[in-house]
Parts: sequence; C-alpha cells; structure tokens
Amino acid sequence: METVVSCRGLKKTYDRKVEAVRGLDLAIQAGECFGLLGPNGAGKTTTIEILEGLLTPTSGEVEILGMTWQAHEQELREWLGVSLQETRLSEKLTVRETLELFASFYHRPNSVPAVLEELSLGEKADALVGKLSGGQKQRLAVATALVGNPKILFLDEPTTGLDPQSRRQLWDIIRQFQQGRGTVLLTTHYMDEAERLCDRLAIIDHGQIIAAGTPSELSARLSGHHVVEFALSDAVNDDGVWSRLPGVQAVRNEDGHFSLQVEEPHETIPALLSVVQQKGARLVHLTTRQASLEDVFVQLTGRHLREE
Amino acid sequence: MAYVETPPTPAVAASKMVTNGRWAGYRHLLGARMKELWREPEVIFWVFVFPLLLALGLGIAFRNKPADITTIAVVANSHAQQVIDLLQRSPAKTAIHADVLDANVAFDRFRLGKYALVVTADDSGLHYRYDPARPESVLARTQVDDVLQTASGRNSPLKTEATQSSQPGARYIDFLVPGLLGMNLMNSGMWGIGFAIVEMRQRKLLKRFVASPMRRTDFLLAMGSSRLVLMLIEVALLLGFGVLVFHMRVEGSLLAILLIGALGAVSFGGIGLLTASRAQKIETVSGLINLVMMPMWIFSGVFFSYERFPQIVQPAIKALPLTALNDALRAIILQGETLSSQAGRIIILAVWGGVSFLLALRWFRWT
Ligand SMILES: Nc1ncnc2c1ncn2[C@@H]1O[C@H](COP(=O)(O)OP(=O)(O)OP(=O)(O)O)[C@@H](O)[C@H]1O
Ligand SMILES: [Mg+2]
Repeated sequence: METVVSCRGLKKTYDRKVEAVRGLDLAIQAGECFGLLGPNGAGKTTTIEILEGLLTPTSGEVEILGMTWQAHEQELREWLGVSLQETRLSEKLTVRETLELFASFYHRPNSVPAVLEELSLGEKADALVGKLSGGQKQRLAVATALVGNPKILFLDEPTTGLDPQSRRQLWDIIRQFQQGRGTVLLTTHYMDEAERLCDRLAIIDHGQIIAAGTPSELSARLSGHHVVEFALSDAVNDDGVWSRLPGVQAVRNEDGHFSLQVEEPHETIPALLSVVQQKGARLVHLTTRQASLEDVFVQLTGRHLREE
Repeated sequence: MAYVETPPTPAVAASKMVTNGRWAGYRHLLGARMKELWREPEVIFWVFVFPLLLALGLGIAFRNKPADITTIAVVANSHAQQVIDLLQRSPAKTAIHADVLDANVAFDRFRLGKYALVVTADDSGLHYRYDPARPESVLARTQVDDVLQTASGRNSPLKTEATQSSQPGARYIDFLVPGLLGMNLMNSGMWGIGFAIVEMRQRKLLKRFVASPMRRTDFLLAMGSSRLVLMLIEVALLLGFGVLVFHMRVEGSLLAILLIGALGAVSFGGIGLLTASRAQKIETVSGLINLVMMPMWIFSGVFFSYERFPQIVQPAIKALPLTALNDALRAIILQGETLSSQAGRIIILAVWGGVSFLLALRWFRWT
C-alpha cells in the first residue's frame, strides 16, 4: 500500500483566534475512498483545502504523491481534481464550454465529450449553467474535477442538498473513478454516505479526529452492536430501570424517545415489554436496528451529527 | 513514501486523451470571457448603447436651443462699443443679448454652445463666426446681420465676412464625443475588470481556478485582452456615431486613436485590478470603483472643459488619468495631433496603469 496523501500535526488558526484544525494526522492510501465526517464547523473544509494547497496551515506538514506544495505546486495541480464546497460557475457559459475551459488548463485532460457522457450531462451539454438544477450543477462541479484526468479527487460535500436519486448517481460516479485506480478524499455529514461509499473514514469534531477506521470497525467500537428505540404513551417514573434491563450497555433519553444500546435484542425486548406493562404504560413506538456511525458519533460526542 | 508512477486508468477512456499546448488556457479564458460579456444584456447596454444615447441626447440638447432670445458674443476691441450701439438702436434689441468678451473666452464659450454667434468688428468690417450645424447659430447670423445692416443704414452696407466654425473641435458635439469615449473606456475598464474579478472571487470561482493548473498570468492576460477587444468596438461605435449622425470630422490617424484607446483601456484595467485586489464583496468594490471614478467624472473634462476650475487646481486635474486620456483623444481626433506630441499624457496614463498593476499584483488575493 502506498500513501498518496498524508499530513502530520496539521493546525490552522484563523485570525489568531479561531482554532479550526487542532492537530490532524491522516494517511490516505492509493485507490481508496477516504471520508472526513463531521458536523458543521468541525474543520472539514479547512482540512481539505489545506491538503489541496489552497490554504497554508498554521503548522504541520502535507505531502501529496510524495511532493510538497511549496516545491511542486504546478506539477501537483496537474494530478488533482478538486470540487469546492461552494463554487458558482459562470452562469452564462454552457456546460460544454465550462468543461472545455477547465480541460484547457491541463496538459493532458480527458476528452470533454467522454466526461459529459460519463456524468450523464450529454443532454444538457448546450444548456447554460444558470439553467441547471441543483443536482446537475453538483455533477458539473464534479465533472470539472474529473476533466483534468486526475489521480486524486478531492470532493468537499459533493452531495449536500441533493435528493436521494442524485446522491446515488454521484456515488456511482465516484465508485467508477475509484475502480480506475483513482484515490478519493471526500467530506460529508451524511452517515449513510460515509458508510456506503468510504473504505475508511475519520470522524472530525472541533478540529480533531475523534475516531478513524473502516465503517464496520467504527460501528464495532460501540459497546452494543444493536440499538433498540422506543417511546411510551405517558411519561413514567424513570428510576434507572432501563439500564438494568438484560444486555443494555447505554441508555439515551431524548424528550421521551429512548434508545438503548444492546448486545442481543432478543434478550432485552421481552424484559422491556414486561417493565412497560408493570408500569401501566403503553408503547407507541418500538424499533430495533444495527448500530450506525450516527450512534458512534453520538456516543463519542453526546451530540448528533446534524443538529438543527 | 515516494509516489510510484502508475498511469491511472481513469473513469474516462484513455484512448480519447488530448494534449494541450501552452496557450490553450489563455485562449479558452479569453473566449469564455467574451461569451459571458456578450450574453449579458446589461453589459451590452452600459458599454455600447448608453454612451450613444448620451451623445445623442446631449448633441440634440445643444443643437436645439430655444431661439426667442439670441445670445451672442462681441469680441472686445476698439470697435466693440460701436457694434453694441448699433444693436441698441435697433427695434429688435430685446431679442438679442450681447456680451463683450475677450476673443479666446468668446470662442471658447461659443464652442460650448453658450453663444450662438461671435461678432468681431475691425477696420475692414464685421466678422461672423457661426456653426452651420446649429440651427440657432445660423439663425443668429442672419438676424444679427439684418439688425446691424438696418441700424447702420441700408444705403451704406457694412462689409461682412462669415466664418463657418465647422472646423474640428468647434462644436459641442465634437468636444463631447472624445470625452464620452474616454469616460466609457474608464467605466468599462473599472467595471469590466474590477467588478468582474470581485464577483468571481465572491462566487469562489477564482479559488476554483487556482485549484487547477491554470496559469495565473494567463487569467490576467485574458481579462486584459478582453478589454482591448471591447475597446475596439467602443471606439468604432462612438466615433462612427459621431461621424454619421453629427458629421463629425476625425482629423488624426485611426491608428493613433486606437493606440491611445488601448493604452487607456489597459491603464484603467490596471486601476480596476487594484480596486479589486482584496475586496471580498461586490458591494465593497462597487463603492471603491465609484469613489475612484467620481472625481474624474467631475474634473477630467468629460462634459465641459476643466479650464473653468481655478488655476491652482489645474496641475492636479491634468495629472488625473482620465484627463490625460480625454486630452490626448481630443488632440488626436479633433486637432489631428500625432502620438509623439502626446508623450506627456501617454506617460501619465502609463504610470497610473503600471503602478496600479504592480501594486495589484502584490496585494492580489485569489481566494
Ligand atoms: N476564513 C475564515 N476565517 C475565520 N474563521 C473561519 C474561516 N473559515 C472557517 N472558519 C471557522 O473555522 C471553523 C471550521 O470551519 P470549516 O469550514 O472548516 O468547517 P466544516 O467542517 O467544513 O463545516 P461545514 O460542514 O459547515 O462545511 C468554523 O468554526 C468556521 O467558523
Ligand atoms: Mg465545509
């Protein structure tokens, strides 16, 4: 395994006050899809833009393809494909013109018609960018990153704000790039995206990595691998009875919505039902599911990833 | 940890790969910029249509002065009082207002449209200076001549001589068109470079560009070149309009006009780049641009001659880039001067543009 993107002790402080990134180490292997997962303001964009050579870190080192930004900027740019979190491309150019423009910056770009085809933008090739839907614009942003024929793709929240179908379309594009031995680094605050798309990921909060590994490794870190969620018709006197149920590792109560981390749901649920009956309450909701990254995040930080 | 060269098999078929030459990026940036401008109706209006409307409006305004009172100038000399006396004796004296003025003041104001006619009396008789392109001027000549001849007695007619002042620079419209051209080059340089760049910065498009291997000099070069292309159209439209609609005469060489126009366009592009070097928001840069342009609209002699300002501020006014551009354009277009005679003004323009550009490069922020 060769490392294509790495950083050590990365720190970034804005205006000498805001510590956006506080000591970050990453090593991304060739051919993998690596995800940076974290809530708003966690420092994902700051981190990825430092790796892209668009921001200079306050301290720390970055190495891409064995080169540094200080010494090999022009060469590195030829090998990277970048899509920023928010770029509004020129609305008065067509999709094709936009891709031709970006292709012209690279020494050996991909052919524009092929990229149009690949990202199913062929039909919209001659439409003005201003007239595209949100999903089409997002796909075009990824297309401008792919048109340079990159070895590494950096995508900052590529699917934020898209409907499920458009998201899946983008996932396919990313997987396809990966199959051609490309390396991908992306940021997201969608758990399901990280779980399905990424080979490995790092969970970032307040500018630090709080957990890293494959999605299944991270889920396995949870003390219980399953979650039982339920709600009751009436508020009952909670005297810690839930945590004493068999197999329960942790209890969370959010406004009457309980979630229990359990090892074996079939041992916990019968006991749960009889306690409910004893207290004379009625269940209005009961589900059980596999523990997810969301649960990992909640367990690690006590907060949800997407807090409204 | 050195990266081992393994050609990636990209998502896109490698067989269709292309190789770009050194100037591919520049060509596409320029092409994209021109397309964007062309597809923006506001740009077409402000850059091309608005100056023509202004020229048309002001040109007409200064042609059709109400003719109920004819205002004329009499050149101050030993015979001037004689002319005034003759006018006073006439029954039409209320319809004619005459001022006695020094020759150069009189001709200056005549040129600006304040006087319809200039009368110079000397031993040989009367000289009229009038503008055949201005109806009220033609009328004034006939009217005044009639009055003077009657007053002095028809039987001993005064000897008269009329000079048509359709020579270059004599009419207001001749004065106006080069000024509008200069102002237009300033406006479109400042907005077309300054505003456009801040807008791209605000949209994070500049950042996206520098994340690619685009050469930054190519980007600036393309922005500058797009100004030159527009400059050609601006010059052609305004001068063509002046010639066709107002029968303006262009005395200087077209090449000299274009070279000065190009210098003006590039200089104001440089100043525009400086205003855009750090601003993050289009509101900020709009304010800055107006702040920079305002004094020049007032002082640089676009609509009227700056000679009316006090003597003490004249050197400062002449040091402004728009003054230099307007004066050089007027000298070449109206008086047929050569480029070399405008060296001083060319230097002023070049210094403004060059210093601004260097400072802009030093301060410029791509992100
Ligand atoms: N240019 C800046 N100047 C000052 N503070 C900044 C700047 N950019 C980001 N920050 C701050 O740094 C922190 C991290 O921001 P960053 O954009 O990296 O977060 P993020 O994880 O990408 O968030 P999101 O999910 O909302 O995109 C935030 O607190 C943010 O307010
Ligand atoms: Mg972000």
